[in-house]
Amino acid sequence: MATFNNTDLAAFKDVWVFCEQRQGKLMPTDFELISEGRKLADELGVQVCGLLLGDGVDGLARELGGYGADKVYVCNSPLLKDYTTDGYAKVVCDAVESRKPEVVLFGASTLGRDLGPRCAARLHTGLCADCTHLDVDMPIYKDFLRENSTLPSERIEGVKTAKVLGQDHDVSRDLKMTRPAFGGHLMASIICPRFRPAMATVRPGVMKKAPFDQKKADACQIVALDVALTREEIHTEVLETVKAAKKLVDLIGADYIVSVGRGIGKDVEKGLKLAEDLAAELGGVVGGSRAVVDAGWLSADHQVGQTGKTVHPKIYVALGISGAIQHKAGMQDSECIIAVNKTPTAPIFEIADYGICGDLFKVTPLLTDAIRAAKAAK
Amino acid sequence: MKIIVCVKQVPDTSGKVAVNPDGTLNRASMQTITNPDDLNAVEAALALKDTTGCQVVVVSMGPPPAEGMLREVLARGADEAYLVSAREFGGSDTFATSQIIAAAIHRIGVGEGDIVLCGRQAIDGDTAQVGPQIAEKLHIPQVSYVADIQMDGSTVTCKRILEDGYMTVRTQTPCLLTCIKELNTPRYMSVPGIVGCYDKPLTVLNYEALKDEPLIEVDTIGLAGSPTNILTSFTPPQKGAGMMLEGDGKETCEKLAGLLADKHII
Amino acid sequence: MPYTDFALDRQHEMLRSMYREFAETEVKPLAAEIDETERFPMETVEKMAKLGMMGIYFPKEYGGAGADVLAYVMAIEELSKVCGTTGVVLSGHTSLCCAPIFENGTEEQKKKYLPRLCSGEWIGAFGLTEPNAGTDASGQQTTAVLDGDHYVLNGSKIFITNAGVANVFVVFAMTDPSQGNHGISAFIVERTFPGFSVGKPEKKMGIRGSSTCELIFEDCIVPKENLLGRENKGFKLAMCTLDGGRIGIAAQALGIGEGALDETIAYTKERVQFHRRLSQFQNTQFQIADMAAHLQAAQYLVYAAACKKGQHLPYSADAAMAKLVAAETASDVTRRCVQLFGGYGYTREYPVERMMRDAKITEIYEGTSEVMRMVIASSLKVN
Repeated sequence: MATFNNTDLAAFKDVWVFCEQRQGKLMPTDFELISEGRKLADELGVQVCGLLLGDGVDGLARELGGYGADKVYVCNSPLLKDYTTDGYAKVVCDAVESRKPEVVLFGASTLGRDLGPRCAARLHTGLCADCTHLDVDMPIYKDFLRENSTLPSERIEGVKTAKVLGQDHDVSRDLKMTRPAFGGHLMASIICPRFRPAMATVRPGVMKKAPFDQKKADACQIVALDVALTREEIHTEVLETVKAAKKLVDLIGADYIVSVGRGIGKDVEKGLKLAEDLAAELGGVVGGSRAVVDAGWLSADHQVGQTGKTVHPKIYVALGISGAIQHKAGMQDSECIIAVNKTPTAPIFEIADYGICGDLFKVTPLLTDAIRAAKAAK
Repeated sequence: MKIIVCVKQVPDTSGKVAVNPDGTLNRASMQTITNPDDLNAVEAALALKDTTGCQVVVVSMGPPPAEGMLREVLARGADEAYLVSAREFGGSDTFATSQIIAAAIHRIGVGEGDIVLCGRQAIDGDTAQVGPQIAEKLHIPQVSYVADIQMDGSTVTCKRILEDGYMTVRTQTPCLLTCIKELNTPRYMSVPGIVGCYDKPLTVLNYEALKDEPLIEVDTIGLAGSPTNILTSFTPPQKGAGMMLEGDGKETCEKLAGLLADKHII
Repeated sequence: MPYTDFALDRQHEMLRSMYREFAETEVKPLAAEIDETERFPMETVEKMAKLGMMGIYFPKEYGGAGADVLAYVMAIEELSKVCGTTGVVLSGHTSLCCAPIFENGTEEQKKKYLPRLCSGEWIGAFGLTEPNAGTDASGQQTTAVLDGDHYVLNGSKIFITNAGVANVFVVFAMTDPSQGNHGISAFIVERTFPGFSVGKPEKKMGIRGSSTCELIFEDCIVPKENLLGRENKGFKLAMCTLDGGRIGIAAQALGIGEGALDETIAYTKERVQFHRRLSQFQNTQFQIADMAAHLQAAQYLVYAAACKKGQHLPYSADAAMAKLVAAETASDVTRRCVQLFGGYGYTREYPVERMMRDAKITEIYEGTSEVMRMVIASSLKVN
């Protein structure tokens, strides 16, 4: 067995979170990860530390404390103003090699998924992509399995060790990184038993953000790290960063679709407005059944179904759509179908995950408000 | 100038996915396809070939039947293929895989003027890690999530997609780019391409061929050597039959919003 | 028997998957629209040209793709599964124009015409049928008179597939009216030849996107070197060409039937009546089983005829059997499919009504089913 400098596992401690900032603003995922890191650090009995890179970003550090960071390492350099793989990877790897954290978490953003693998390869350790659940403590992990898997309980009870290089390895102190695979049809819990740090990218929006605590923010220790980085070490150059004015979404690519059917006929204008409001709240677009398009209430590019478009959004809300077979053909593979219809026997309810039997003109605005409130509470 | 494209044969997860009772994937019941993002990488390479006449070499790591997929890429217009295939390589995680593919690319040779293209991610693992890790092992710069490529001599300018916009990034060859579907529309195989695809060179690189490559650490390849291990794999509980909510008022809507929030889909 | 050995090899499987992806992505979305508007799908021809589909089984030296006849019929089959029009566009071009030039042309004619046809730069057509010479093709009234270095053609041809868009036509005319069948000759006519014109398109029941028009010859000047084959040997050339064309039409019929069955299987798994999916009713199961069995039988006949042609074995009766069975199966299958769809099947919301209309022509053109029976009986010396 070759010897690497990261096999003395006991030398590594603390949970680190790479805190991504863009144009001097922290990302929401940073708070989620600090909160989750706090939980893991408590299970391990170590500290959770933020790692913040940028140019003059000291001012951002304290807020991370408010979500549970014991310490924030700040690396400032004009060379870190824009994200570059080479520059950020060098600074992150230098910090990890000198301070030896046990766990490093990255947000699975398009930049986190660029930086994480580059660092893991350089640090010679494992990286688990796009995790949706993290555990250390075995009883907590087993509770998670009981609730979220179809594994028989004796299998769950038996989770203790893993075969590592032919030996039984006790996984009780390993980070269990759970992620979906094969398009979500399978879940897998991954460990990184031989090397440190154990690294993961974590899907944005999944981990719960802790409530902000000003006392903790005040107590957070901010540590500036020296940056040893030269321009010659960066082989890419960011010419410009452009924010899209408005994210253009079509029906097929949309994550959220609110579709209307003949049921809006009572007051077409109002029905469409209510659908648009709900779609706007969800961050999606409005679609329609064939009946609505044939009636000229929506243009043909809105049509979902056999002769329209086939869609598979995260949420498909069917308002006043009966669910004729040719409509179902276009939307039945949606991740979650919500149907609102006055007729309790409407076929749409047969394929809906959630059905509300009621008048769409009454239900839709209430639903929009409830979703707004639920999002605000997160 | 040559372009090396990494492609992977994957189970088609867009259709019905069968899972064995033990929680592993029933691969035998599934169709295999060329990973969709990889086809965008292939197309980018072929488009550069159309304008510059460069050579396009495809590399895949996988079991022997992956040759069929490589022939299909040759039928689209690639010039040469390498299949990295050995029992010792099986079960590799992204770290181990990137090490082996980097060794294969090193063997093929990547130098001034050359580009390595990968798909952003494969639909079986969805990790997006192998591309950047190959770049690290080869000590070349990377640009990921690429939606446009402009070549000017040895300068490569890419449109690099972000969640809420994009960056324009400039680098030099040799470099590695990971491609997304917005980059292009992959061409079809052509009839003459299919007729000629078995006459093009295809080389199998097995364990013997690669084990002495400097990039290979024999302790960190394959299932046993991979830094990460699968502790458990399982299927999530089946989606229950539809649920009719009681009532049609404010509380009903709040209950529904709560359920959606719990499922993290809003 | 080598010619029935069409257990598909890897390359034919690749071809099929390529054709299928192309048909699903590029052809299917246009099928209803070109039927509705009677529009020729030129953009599809341009796309097929890029993929080498306009000269699939001709050698590379003439600009072909270098594949075989089986590869060609599979293309027509896959296109016709989603669009019968596109199937016949390719069949007319390949079997009725490229093939007679390749099989009968001089080296100069082949070098002049095949590369442009196979690349799709030019589209090909075939003109034999006349107002008074349908199934009885010997009654040709178009005449060709040699005048120095050219022939002068007079007369007209009707129901000519691809006519409105074709650049090159293989046409037949009487060079010696006193000799009947033995006085017919074949010519390669370019659209730009003086005295040649194309009439207005026919209004058809099916394959409505294909361009079917009249050809008019008014003192049309055709250079002497455009005589195809030998003078007065045109009737045999026409009959041999149609033998090959019938394999293409048989593949079109097969594809239409298979496409209708695919649509019907999907529909019967979704449609619920009496609280059961249609697919759970035994009537549905038996209907689908019958249709699948007949389609597979037709497929074997079509592939066998294609393999025989590809291996230069006699295939005239095989082609007739393939077309007879495939065409009648297509008509029967599409009619049954419409029935299984019920009222929806009769509407243009679903494609099976179009497929039913498209299927009918395969029993008529390039020799009616009755002519196929005549060819088969004659091959058995029952006369």
